[in-house]
Amino acid sequence: MSKFVFFLGEAYRALRRNAAPSIAAIVTIAVTVLLVGVLVPVLSATGSKTDDVRSQLELKVFLFNDATDTEISNLENRIGNIAHVDTVEYISPAEALTLLEAKLQDKSLLDQLNSNPLPPAFNVKLDDPDNLESVQAALSPPDASGKPQPVSAAIDDIVTGEQTQQIREVTGAVKILLAVIAVLLAIASLFLVGNTIRLSIYARRREVEVMQLVGATDWFIRWPFVIEGLVVGLFGAIIAVGILFLGKVTIVDPLSEDFALVENLNTIAFGPLIAALVVGAMVVAALGSGVTLRRFLRI
Amino acid sequence: MPEQQHLRPQKPPIVELKDATVVYPGGHVGLERASIKIDRGEFVFLVGPTGCGKSTFIKLLLRDIEPASGSVVVAGKDINDMSRSKVPQLRRRIGTVFQDFKLLQNRTVYDNVAYALKVTGSPRSEIRRQVPEILKMVGLGAKIHNYPDELSGGEQQRVSVARAFVSHPPLLLADEPTGNLDPETSIGIMQLLYRINRAGTTVVVVTHDREMVDKMRRRVIQLYDGRVIRDQAAGLYATDESTSEFGARMRDELGVVIDDDRDDTATVL
Repeated sequence: MSKFVFFLGEAYRALRRNAAPSIAAIVTIAVTVLLVGVLVPVLSATGSKTDDVRSQLELKVFLFNDATDTEISNLENRIGNIAHVDTVEYISPAEALTLLEAKLQDKSLLDQLNSNPLPPAFNVKLDDPDNLESVQAALSPPDASGKPQPVSAAIDDIVTGEQTQQIREVTGAVKILLAVIAVLLAIASLFLVGNTIRLSIYARRREVEVMQLVGATDWFIRWPFVIEGLVVGLFGAIIAVGILFLGKVTIVDPLSEDFALVENLNTIAFGPLIAALVVGAMVVAALGSGVTLRRFLRI
Repeated sequence: MPEQQHLRPQKPPIVELKDATVVYPGGHVGLERASIKIDRGEFVFLVGPTGCGKSTFIKLLLRDIEPASGSVVVAGKDINDMSRSKVPQLRRRIGTVFQDFKLLQNRTVYDNVAYALKVTGSPRSEIRRQVPEILKMVGLGAKIHNYPDELSGGEQQRVSVARAFVSHPPLLLADEPTGNLDPETSIGIMQLLYRINRAGTTVVVVTHDREMVDKMRRRVIQLYDGRVIRDQAAGLYATDESTSEFGARMRDELGVVIDDDRDDTATVL
């Protein structure tokens, strides 16, 4: 316990007497944390929006008009049990007409129809659009000659949405891009913080040499540096979180009042975000100190 | 019937180098089959030109480097069998003083000396008692709270002597302790080392200070090219020199390098 107090004192002394490198390290960490703090919500919002779009992709199963009620309910159960199918919704011809009417600008077009041309159908939503093929195959497995045959005689046609393929490709690319940006950001932050810490310790390698000379053990030398790293990480993160908070209150919050878009973005909450940033900065800075010292200690 | 003699159990020598050879990466030979034995309580000067192996000797005893062959025994223990984690314990038992003082610049005089006690886990009360005492002994009682850069060279060296001696180690190594100091200040430092030796600590001083060695008349070990070429009780810095030896020594001391032709001429003259 008294040793811990001693280590704390040592760390405090080092911070006070090496103000310039310490401040440089704190500023670097603040800037890095700020960058991460802004980009993480943006990335996560983009990601969730992409998922949102993808989840709306669906499969339409058109039935013959003479499909019986038993056929329809059997088929509904059957589709519902296929792997990766999220929901199955039956749309009767009358419902389809209502939906069409709602979408049309010129409602008079419908008046020219003598009868309802729309067939009964199922709207099948999937858990992930990448499973489109497998669900399609389950609905109409290939027969002996290799041609797909619908599982029920009531099925007229199975159709994927017009732009399903493009949307799938675009959103897939966006997801990969987001992942790449996130990884690059993580690497850049680690290197930036690690290097700054290394520089500030580099200036004090002679000090480490002297400590070893009078018989200090490796951990006796290392603990104050690790604690110093924790403190530098904490201060840097606090500065960044302060700026983030100001930004949230003055820019993001007023915007979300005016635009439903910003408000509806499904992104990481502010509390967990700042907690993760503070802990992350402290851990990286402390590890950076400990690892850098390892080199000077010549283990 | 002869009386049974009650002798004190013989303590092993504090330092014993047996046929130690040190080869640096790159092939430079630091020491070559050097055997040196130093008993407890001795005061020894280690002399010789630059690069003769004096600093290698000190590094060897601190286990900063390890010999390629031969053994290094400190207080009866072969320190090369020691695991790395035990090295700090070895260093706590050896006080060191260097030409460049090696003080912690961001600590006060008090904290520099106290650090040597803190590493051993000494209780606070002990530190508070011993540090001012030792600083008074080296004559720095009034500058306890100054930082090293506020002190003169001689004062800084006194701090480093105080740090080396505060835990009363059995062995104190001084690597050119007066190398950066003027003669008057040097005498003060040597007096301190002498006093420490009188208190029972073995003191080994590596030096170029000819006058000091000649005046103090202690054991002198002379190294040349990594070999022990002289080991003399109550010796002088150098034995009687021929003209060419004198020339070589002067060149070494003044750091003058002369090519061979001129050297020959000088000898003839």
